[in-house]
Amino acid sequence: MKGPPTALLGMSHDIAMLEERARRCRVEIVRMVHRAQAGHPGGSLSEIDLLVGLYGTVLNVRPDEPSWPGRDRFVLSKGHASPGMYALLADLGFITHEDLTTYRVKGGVCQGHVDMKWCPGVDFSAGSLGMGLSFGLGCALAARLDGSQRKAWVMMGDGEVQEGSVWEAAMAAHHHSVGNLKAIVDVNGIQNDDFCEVQMQLNDLAATWASFGWSVTTVDGHNMADIVEALAKVDAVDDRPAVLLASTVKGKGVSYMENNPAFHGAAPNNEQFETAMVELGEVAA
Amino acid sequence: MSGMAATRDGYGKALLELADDSRVVVLEADLGKSTKSQVFRKAHPERTISCGIGEQNMLLTAAGLASSGYVPFASTFAIFTERAFEQMRNGVARPGLRVHLCGSHGGTHTGTDGSSAQSIEDLAIYRTLPGVTVMHPADEVSTRLLTKQLVDHPSPSYTRTARNKTPLLYEGREEEVIIGKGIVHSEGADVGIVACGVMVSKALEAAEALASEGIQAMVVDMHTIKPLDGALIDAIVERCGCLVTAEDHSVIGGLGGAVAEHLAANKPAPLERVGVPDRFGESAEAEEMLEIMGLTVHDVANAAKRAMARR
Repeated sequence: MKGPPTALLGMSHDIAMLEERARRCRVEIVRMVHRAQAGHPGGSLSEIDLLVGLYGTVLNVRPDEPSWPGRDRFVLSKGHASPGMYALLADLGFITHEDLTTYRVKGGVCQGHVDMKWCPGVDFSAGSLGMGLSFGLGCALAARLDGSQRKAWVMMGDGEVQEGSVWEAAMAAHHHSVGNLKAIVDVNGIQNDDFCEVQMQLNDLAATWASFGWSVTTVDGHNMADIVEALAKVDAVDDRPAVLLASTVKGKGVSYMENNPAFHGAAPNNEQFETAMVELGEVAA
Repeated sequence: MSGMAATRDGYGKALLELADDSRVVVLEADLGKSTKSQVFRKAHPERTISCGIGEQNMLLTAAGLASSGYVPFASTFAIFTERAFEQMRNGVARPGLRVHLCGSHGGTHTGTDGSSAQSIEDLAIYRTLPGVTVMHPADEVSTRLLTKQLVDHPSPSYTRTARNKTPLLYEGREEEVIIGKGIVHSEGADVGIVACGVMVSKALEAAEALASEGIQAMVVDMHTIKPLDGALIDAIVERCGCLVTAEDHSVIGGLGGAVAEHLAANKPAPLERVGVPDRFGESAEAEEMLEIMGLTVHDVANAAKRAMARR
């Protein structure tokens, strides 16, 4: 059986702890992208509260033993939003803060997109959208074959679900009643070129996932108390796959990046970097 | 040659023989009846995963299983594996996950379904993926043996099988069938004929025809296209000084391409490539397709003479 959650759910001081961890991660996200002068800050900042909530509560992993066979699997299918993942892995001790300086740098563990062959704590080499849910399905089916309680969590972007292969996986997961497969969709409304509604309308995501037989939960993806509660609800579903649709703001926490398509994949200049550090509470105004 | 059988039947038999290994799981995309994975499904439904008509999901579900310690065998038609090429590239080969993909009904020999079903580029595209083993066995026995060897193979793989029956070549020669090792059929010294799949038996017939004209050919079954048995190619060059490749696949990038690359990088020698010219197929019976594409015994023998003339 799975051990107790790594944080005590619902207690106010734990929520504050998670919020502070998310703040630290935001700082590191901006630092990484600024240092590399490349990368994807917008989707990293929109996903980070969800990642912190997940790793801080329901996900059963061991930072000191990243390849522990009994771990829950986590797949960052939106693999370009790697700064968020790396910042959290460093905060939790899977990798070092020194490792964060290798983001997009020759020989570094922090490859441009998350890569299982390079970075401890990364379960799938992502970077091509629409692949993670199928991989997570395979991990979940393996757990079932093993008679294990392991679960597989997959984080996708909202633009990502435009990939048809996502729906192959969604259909298969329901067909096989894979109750240990969990998806999170970071619904920030922006994709590479523009807003999703301009590029390709997503319609009613909740109705679509429900029509594929999934349990659907929605949450404000920046309210940590709500995130923790919603994750617990999604985690408890065991008769069918479950998805958490999280409403988020792309670039959350840095004013000029918020809801701005230009910062899907662009780095701040020096002046913008200083502004971000102030806004994120890292340096005094 | 004693009897005929389809290589895809060898695949199904191998899966069944591997079933005692609890790591083995089988994935299907609604073509298990055709690829013969249904042989495994009937005996072990609990370890068979239907992916519906969804090849992209199948490849990555297999990757997830492989990352968790299982040895997945996934199959569909060769042509439909190509729809999931990027999944094979990014989700299987790049992380080096030991997924074994089988594409049945490969080549124009597939016949009357026509060009949409005749994969003529599968060997070429999978050969470009780092660390992926690529095979195209000639008969049912070697397909069974090579597939069984994959269970402990250290890398992902792609194996092409065929729809229609081909002559049995390896009954009683089972120990010669090893991944990565070409199989020598005759020791002639005038010309080397390196073939795979259905063209191995055609090459053997061509060697007989050439012998009646006093030409002694060295025939090799190069069932493993990657990694190529370069030492054997070097030995053929040393012995014969010229080569022919024969495959039911585009002349671009498959066995002929692999041998040409090896020759160019090592010891150059005249090479004639018998294969599907740069065109798509059409509907016709299997043997008719080989005639249309210039893949007959006669074509192989003529190519051998051309190669010798260039020596």
